[in-house]
Amino acid sequence: MPEAFEVIIVGAGPAGLSAACLLAEKKIKTIVLERGEYPGSKNISGGVLYGHDLAQILPDYEARNCPIERNIVESRLWYLSREGGYSLSYRDKIFTGERKHNAFTVGRAKFDRWFAEQARQKGALVVCGTVVTDLLRDQHHRVIGVNTDRPDGELRAQVVLLADGINSPLAAKTGFRLEPKPEQVALAVKEVIELGEEQIEERFHVESGDGVTIDILGEVTQGMDGVAVIYTNRKSLSLCIGANLSALSKKKVRPSEMMEAFKEHPLVTPLLRGGKSTEYMAHWLAEGGYEAIPQLCGDGFLIAGDSGMLFNTLHREGSNLAMTSGRYAAEAILEALRKEDFSRHGLKGYLSRLQGSYIFLDLKKYRRFGRFRHTHPELFTTLPRSISLAAREMLTVNGVPKKEKQKVLWREFRSQTSLTSFLRLLWDGWRSVR
Amino acid sequence: MTMKIEDKLFLDRFRVDEESHLRIIDDALCREECAHQPCLYICPANVYRQGTDRISVAYEGCLECGSCRIACPHLNIEWRFPRGGFGISHKFG
Repeated sequence: MPEAFEVIIVGAGPAGLSAACLLAEKKIKTIVLERGEYPGSKNISGGVLYGHDLAQILPDYEARNCPIERNIVESRLWYLSREGGYSLSYRDKIFTGERKHNAFTVGRAKFDRWFAEQARQKGALVVCGTVVTDLLRDQHHRVIGVNTDRPDGELRAQVVLLADGINSPLAAKTGFRLEPKPEQVALAVKEVIELGEEQIEERFHVESGDGVTIDILGEVTQGMDGVAVIYTNRKSLSLCIGANLSALSKKKVRPSEMMEAFKEHPLVTPLLRGGKSTEYMAHWLAEGGYEAIPQLCGDGFLIAGDSGMLFNTLHREGSNLAMTSGRYAAEAILEALRKEDFSRHGLKGYLSRLQGSYIFLDLKKYRRFGRFRHTHPELFTTLPRSISLAAREMLTVNGVPKKEKQKVLWREFRSQTSLTSFLRLLWDGWRSVR
Repeated sequence: MTMKIEDKLFLDRFRVDEESHLRIIDDALCREECAHQPCLYICPANVYRQGTDRISVAYEGCLECGSCRIACPHLNIEWRFPRGGFGISHKFG
């Protein structure tokens, strides 16, 4: 690859392609290196994207035929015990009207491929089937390019943007980001379950093109700190379930079996009936929060998206953080090109943009949320059990006076949890998200 | 009816390279020093299976999540990405 580029981007995901679009628009010679057969072939997310962040990069994304599965009009939150559970949902007309595409579902194999096509149209070169194996550095340790697994695979540029996702042996090898510890990631598995378009609309009570997200906590993750989701696509449902990797490892739970048990939960089964599994995948979620964010820029390089551990666990936002961090990286690179200063100092516009944005402010706000979940396993065990039992008993009409039921339930609850530890849970919970 | 892992992997599209991208560095370490052996459980594709004298590595069905690499208590797994264009290719993602 003898050609000279100004910017090399590692990874054709939302972070890298956002940067590629904006750089190519400004006529910067940009190459994106993707290890998969096509952009999106290695990529996966629960499947929700956010119009706001995408529109900052491609304001006309709808006119460009962005492959949207369903526009999200309702968000549900389930808190489940083994046999039942609570459901809370919010639907609003505004999400079909003026805030349409606030959130929408996508299949990342299709979406990322489309996104890469937009970057190509703007002039970026996207090369697939190429693994970046190392970074090239000069005698001052400045990054000056990459090495790939192609013959004559060296490629040089003024700046390298690392947007290669959370599982990055490259980051670990080069020391730019420490290998995550098992407790800093959740391992999630995903299944895509095909269903008829009309069946989905009937089951979720939505109009054509509209959809629902369900985020699920409780006993489904078998006592481990984790989460499950069901999202509606046009002709399929995305099912994901994941738990903290160190918890999975300790409990010796097989992720594929946890998925099977999840599918058999009484609230889940009726939604899947008649559906056919068409794909099975796995991926990490960054759970380290604000403290786990590495140094995001240095001499000749920047890190964006999942690769920089930019993920908001509480609000399950990641792809938007990826797009916006990619955009900030592109803006900082443009500044550095103008000044011809590619040192950490020259690229620091990236950090100041991140610091002033919702990305860092949100991650800072929830910095205690991870620890809260780790230190309160009862959130995934006794608490959903006790409060499910309360609903079950109070809803059962059997001639037993309510006061007596209340007494039994209270005794049961107190046998599981002391009042002080319950108050501690509420207090810690409040502190972790306030 | 629960779906077996083999059936799940059968749904996926793999372009399998001749050479494995996963390697257990020292089999003796697994045998003698690793009581816990989390690789046998946490791998979502059940790549690692206990054989008679060592753990076998069915790299062909690897979903490329990286979990085995960081969960191995002895960091005894050499893990790289499959060569460019090889490995799993998501259809929906």
